[in-house]
Amino acid sequence: MNLRVDWRASSSLVGTVVKWLAVAMVFPLALAVFYGEGVTTFLASMALAVGIGWGLEQLDDDPDLGAREGFLMVALTWLAVSIVGATPYVIAGEGTVAHPVNAMFESMSGFTTTGATVMKNIGFEDHSRALMMWRQQTQWLGGMGIVVLAVAILPELSVGGAQLMDAEAPGPGIQKLTPRIAETARALWRAYLGITALEVVLLFSLHLAGLAPNMTLYQSVAHGFTTMATGGFSPAARSIEAFSAAVQWLIVPFMVAAGTNFALFWHALNGEPEVFGEDTEFRFYVGVLAVFSGLLAVLLFTGGTAEQAAVSPLAGEFEKSLRHAVFQVASLVTTTGYASMDFNTWGSPAQYVLFVALFVGGSAGSTGGAIKIVRWLVILKSLKRELFTTIHPEAVRPVRLGGRSLDERAVRGIYAFTLLYFVIFFVATMVVYLDAARVGMDLVALDAMSATAATLGNVGPGFGLVGPMNNYIPFPASTKLFMVFLMWIGRLEILPVLVLLTPAYWQS
Amino acid sequence: MRVIIIGAGEVGSSIAASLADTHEVVVVDVDGERVDALTYSEDVLAIQGDGTSISTLREAGIDEADMMIASTDDDETNLVACGTAKTVDDPFTIARVKNVDYLETWQHAADRTAFGVDFMVCTNLLTAQDIVRVIGLPAARDVDPFAGGTVQMAEFEVGESSPVANQTVSEADRFDSLTFAALLRNGDVEIPRGETVIRADDKVVVIGSPESVQEFAHEIAPRETPSRNEDLVIIGGSEIGYHTARLLEERGLHPRLIEHDHDRARELAEELPNTVVMENDATDAEFLAREHVDEADAVVAALESDEKNLLVSVLAKQLGAHRTVAVVESGEYVSVFETVGVDVAVNPREVTAEEITRFTRELHTENVALIENDKAEVLEVEVDDESVLVGRPIREAVADLPEGFIVGAITRDESFVVPRGDTVVEPGDHVVVFVDRDALEAVTEKL
Repeated sequence: MNLRVDWRASSSLVGTVVKWLAVAMVFPLALAVFYGEGVTTFLASMALAVGIGWGLEQLDDDPDLGAREGFLMVALTWLAVSIVGATPYVIAGEGTVAHPVNAMFESMSGFTTTGATVMKNIGFEDHSRALMMWRQQTQWLGGMGIVVLAVAILPELSVGGAQLMDAEAPGPGIQKLTPRIAETARALWRAYLGITALEVVLLFSLHLAGLAPNMTLYQSVAHGFTTMATGGFSPAARSIEAFSAAVQWLIVPFMVAAGTNFALFWHALNGEPEVFGEDTEFRFYVGVLAVFSGLLAVLLFTGGTAEQAAVSPLAGEFEKSLRHAVFQVASLVTTTGYASMDFNTWGSPAQYVLFVALFVGGSAGSTGGAIKIVRWLVILKSLKRELFTTIHPEAVRPVRLGGRSLDERAVRGIYAFTLLYFVIFFVATMVVYLDAARVGMDLVALDAMSATAATLGNVGPGFGLVGPMNNYIPFPASTKLFMVFLMWIGRLEILPVLVLLTPAYWQS
Repeated sequence: MRVIIIGAGEVGSSIAASLADTHEVVVVDVDGERVDALTYSEDVLAIQGDGTSISTLREAGIDEADMMIASTDDDETNLVACGTAKTVDDPFTIARVKNVDYLETWQHAADRTAFGVDFMVCTNLLTAQDIVRVIGLPAARDVDPFAGGTVQMAEFEVGESSPVANQTVSEADRFDSLTFAALLRNGDVEIPRGETVIRADDKVVVIGSPESVQEFAHEIAPRETPSRNEDLVIIGGSEIGYHTARLLEERGLHPRLIEHDHDRARELAEELPNTVVMENDATDAEFLAREHVDEADAVVAALESDEKNLLVSVLAKQLGAHRTVAVVESGEYVSVFETVGVDVAVNPREVTAEEITRFTRELHTENVALIENDKAEVLEVEVDDESVLVGRPIREAVADLPEGFIVGAITRDESFVVPRGDTVVEPGDHVVVFVDRDALEAVTEKL
């Protein structure tokens, strides 16, 4: 069969990225040295990364990427990086994540900033500090994007870089901020790094001020890594519940920032802070957060409805209701997946509000997953137009977004993506059910649906069985591998991966 | 530096591609699809908008831009875009025009800032110059124009039978206003002195006026160089055809020009005293045979459409014409034309893009040609009061400069000055110098 895709060129560049992953492992290695935890795990993983990367690079010594090769390179990069990123868990051999399938799940969940875990005993009893930090760091690397980072530092990717970033970046299309794509990539990473550093400093300052006894420097860095990435992993078993109210309040704005289009921060840093007020998507995003939070706060404060089995434990507590409502909405809308308390104990109406939040997603160009605010905005506006043209069939009304009219093809693409997202969600839920039935596992509807939505949308925790204080261990290995696939396509917004599965892609 | 390019057509895209690796490039075009295509194909920032509007230019960052290149297909748009840019800030502006009248207007203005344009490139004129180089100096391996065409540099290979073979440079130097700039021997660059002997198989680089270069070419390669009695036929009295004929006349040649429109033919005949203008349809094979186009040394097809140019070139070739040169408006056809038997296909857009790129690369040294893969460079420098050359004979100035440097030509107010040892250089002169790679930095500093 004559392949029309130069897979060698794509694989070679994937190799380059994998090779550089060894550099990222220097940080946990240094921690291992610092805490005296033995260095073999990360040294072996680094050697493996360099070996595999070098091996792949040999496939093509002068790779030249076309449009098709770009898709393949981005999709394979995420797969390869997740596989290599799983090796420390396996080599360390600590707890449930040592099993190869679980390690792969944990690694993919990390890089795709999902935050779904198969680590049974989260904490430092079973796991080394270095490994726990690697788990956090994978999320940080995946947040702004591995390929974006690669474009920022590898000159050989600058020419096709725009297309590569387009395949990886959340939301429809990319915004070039500067003439050079590598400079754009660097600007995004700088903003990302800067806000992460700010969060770490503030979290640790709370600790020093005596307002957050558990928020040590290690914990500050660990949570800085996963907040800005909308990740959701935490070295603490009880997630953010383990920390004080002050910490919870502080993390909220950073989650909101992580779900914001990073191009806005870049503009703001260049002396145009008014972009936040002008950007339609940002305004809508803040509005969505406010409405959901308000709704949830009322539900929690009033204690939900009478027929519930579990009465909300927050009834009548104003500050707590508000704090947990705001925190949980920000956490799930941005697809971070932190928990300030176990929302499995909340009433069904409150849980259902959160379930809807799983599909909202962050802004385009943020680190969030799921469908994204901008797409919802376009869908709502075009549905409104549909209603209007029903009354006035001759009306010509372009869909406007912040003063710009959208191309009809762009609108169609957004419809197609959203429909595809839901189709995949329903089919995937069915697959999860069938696989559970195969091994005789008992699944509740909301649990199965939320597990699928939480992995496909890169959120992390769902409800019931996969609630914020639980994990994904009960699922059979086959389901876990299927969820690895879901997280992978969810992070790359489905199409770049799905297109690889079509015969037309591989032929002329 | 930051460069803004208006127009993402063939010329704009090509310039953007050439400059993207060394400069920050922003491209502006009204066509959204072109903008999208460019965003993904080149490492540049592409913006959709009208380059003549201030708001678009601001969005493109005209305030930080060092240069703006207006390269749309529309002359007036380009001029207005440059004028608009000058109202906001003072970037260096380059405009591409087709109409030679605009170029003449611009050259006529003393300070060279008409329309807010700092440098103007005329597509039709450039293309004609290119064609003339191709048919006028077939023996030359490489020809580069300097100082707006008043000075030419050419590289020739000296054959066994060449009259200058085995002569010293001072013996060979019997041409008016021509300087032997360098000898290339076994890949080494040698700056010739009076007693240097020119051997067969050397390559000589000469700098001088177009007439003297033509004369020299005729001397060393008599069989390949067209002379007065050679037969050159231009088909099509387009702007490009007219300027080609005019430039050939300037070189003392007598071309023939075929134009089918009666009024245009009359107009051309009045303008071109040394050209035989014929009024006929050039696709008439019988007419071509009758006029002995089959015996022409070179046939230039400069009609208004690519298809017609292809047809007449192939026709002329089939009749037996020696060389055919065709003007091709769309860049994609160039290789197709050359495949089917047209000897040289000249694409005005490509010529323009190359000229603008070359100009951009070396703003202060106005023009650069590289010899033998960067072993030496030819620079055109505008001399100011600071320069080591000013106000004294060249002979004295050379003493203060390193070896490996020679003054090839001087232009003063658009006219050619022959540089000899006792010539005194004045401020404002354009000096074309030939510099060995090793001496390059030292020389450019002092000039």
